[in-house]
Amino acid sequence: MNVATPHGSVAPGTLDLTADKPVPFGRLVKVELRKMLDTRAGLWLLISIVLLTGLVLVIFLINADDKSFVNAMQATATPQGILLPVLGILLVTSEWSQRTAMVTFTLEPHRGKVLWSKVTAAVLLGLAAVVLALVVASAVTAVGGTSDAWHDASLQLVLQYVVLQLLSVLGGLVFGLLFLNTAAAIVTSYALPIAFSIITSLVSSFHKVQPWVDPGTAQTPLQSGEILSGKEWSHVIVTSLIWVVLPFAIGMWRVLRAEVK
Amino acid sequence: MGRVITLENVTKRYGAFTAVDDVSFTAQPGRVTGFLGPNGAGKSTSMRVMVGLTPPNGGRATIGGHLYSQIPNPARHVGVLLDASAQHAGRTGREVLRISADTMGVGPKRVEEMLELVGLSGNEAKRRVRNYSLGMRQRLGIANAFLGDPSVLILDEPVNGLDPAGIHWMRGLLRQFASQGGTVLLSSHLLHEVEMIADDMILIGRGKIVAQGTKAELLQTRGTYVKPEDPAALLQALQGAGVEAIPSGDGGFRSEAEPIDIGRAAAAAGVVLIELKPAEGAGLEEMFLQLTSDDARESITAQGVQV
Ligand SMILES: Nc1ncnc2c1ncn2[C@@H]1O[C@H](COP(=O)(O)OP(=O)(O)O)[C@@H](O)[C@H]1O
Ligand SMILES: [Mg+2]
Repeated sequence: MNVATPHGSVAPGTLDLTADKPVPFGRLVKVELRKMLDTRAGLWLLISIVLLTGLVLVIFLINADDKSFVNAMQATATPQGILLPVLGILLVTSEWSQRTAMVTFTLEPHRGKVLWSKVTAAVLLGLAAVVLALVVASAVTAVGGTSDAWHDASLQLVLQYVVLQLLSVLGGLVFGLLFLNTAAAIVTSYALPIAFSIITSLVSSFHKVQPWVDPGTAQTPLQSGEILSGKEWSHVIVTSLIWVVLPFAIGMWRVLRAEVK
Repeated sequence: MGRVITLENVTKRYGAFTAVDDVSFTAQPGRVTGFLGPNGAGKSTSMRVMVGLTPPNGGRATIGGHLYSQIPNPARHVGVLLDASAQHAGRTGREVLRISADTMGVGPKRVEEMLELVGLSGNEAKRRVRNYSLGMRQRLGIANAFLGDPSVLILDEPVNGLDPAGIHWMRGLLRQFASQGGTVLLSSHLLHEVEMIADDMILIGRGKIVAQGTKAELLQTRGTYVKPEDPAALLQALQGAGVEAIPSGDGGFRSEAEPIDIGRAAAAAGVVLIELKPAEGAGLEEMFLQLTSDDARESITAQGVQV
């Protein structure tokens, strides 16, 4: 029964670490991706993203007036924009709701490294969703597009779409990190930006600053099918600093110091 | 210091409440050390401090001379089971191990070996943890702790929820691990469990170490209690036989001598005895019972009995 044998080679009473290597970051990312796929919640979420993306494009094929590639791509933005944040949230909160954080942070005590591996996994899953959307949108355009379906397609528009979807998955992750609770994170990540948009648009003195503080306003041009101006990019960057980077830093700081139990 | 688990003056406070109060002890390689204390004594908190999940307010815990967080890929050296229920209910037992194995970098073959080791191979490994009994979760947790082929084990209440056969199995597993040079620290709130498994014992109550030593030392009840019909006559008889005895205040005496020597001295002098028995007080059982009963807690922790 030597499976239960302590290291034989080590002299009694010595914990020799000279040959030890830290857990590679890439391995942590792979584990995070696996964690997303091996539970029903995660799996169904990914399946839903695939199915809804396909579904809106079928509807697009049947219903849309202008069947161009850019319009097809934008049609997928809505279902993905709704579901990708949940994916980001679950990546973080399931560790707390299921209390697996205790095991995760025991296997890798560098909690920052674990959280960055989750960010990486979120980006990779977001990119996978984007690629899926682009591939299916291209297929739909090729099959049923109008004669000049590709005329307004450009790499820059595709990149804007990528940015939009990545902000959406990372925005979810950040809310998950702030609340460490699935329900609270989901509700707030939908309700708070909307409430914030409403308030800032109601109060007229806010109108000038609104695109600088309200992510909804700042991200609207990303979905408009227009190339963004420099100022519009600044809006996207500043609102992302406020709504993604800052809360991420706060959430990270808290998790690094917190007691995990 | 090698594979020794060392706590030096570890203190953890929650607001005004001190859950772990200046705790120091060591757990040695080659031995199973039982960490015994009633519920709420501070065992789990101390163990979380050892693996860096709970930052202490003071003191430090090291394993083999290193802070846990400074060990690269620590699961290859230290097997940890803190809470058997802290597993994703929606994963299968095998998948739980697979995730740990992937993280620490041991292959899927090792997962199968560990499932085999804890008796969860076959259908049980395919079931979701949600449908596991507490005993099965404990076995899965043990498999998880052994996965990285560690030389140190830190196990929080691993016997909880196991049936007698399971306890017996666990005993064999941990004893073998220790006999091959491994260090085992396991906590329990049941004296009997620790008695069965451990070589050394650390007794904690209200966050403070109350007693520590080998099992033999701690379970020993030294000396004799004797209560005669006529105290003066017995004292004279004992002095005549060269046996020292101290009045215990209730008409009886305590003595370092064995009951048989006192019995003989009394018989030789014709003194009638009402009671003659091994003295209580140093006994772990009594100390533990006192710890467990709420009203006795104050007095025993204040004295801080050391054996
Ligand atoms: N987050 C917390 N806030 C306040 N008290 C706590 C907290 N965590 C643990 N405690 C208290 O610390 C004490 C020690 O708990 P614990 O280490 O779990 O004991 P044990 O494992 O020996 O049963 C208990 O009285 C518990 O109520
Ligand atoms: Mg406990």
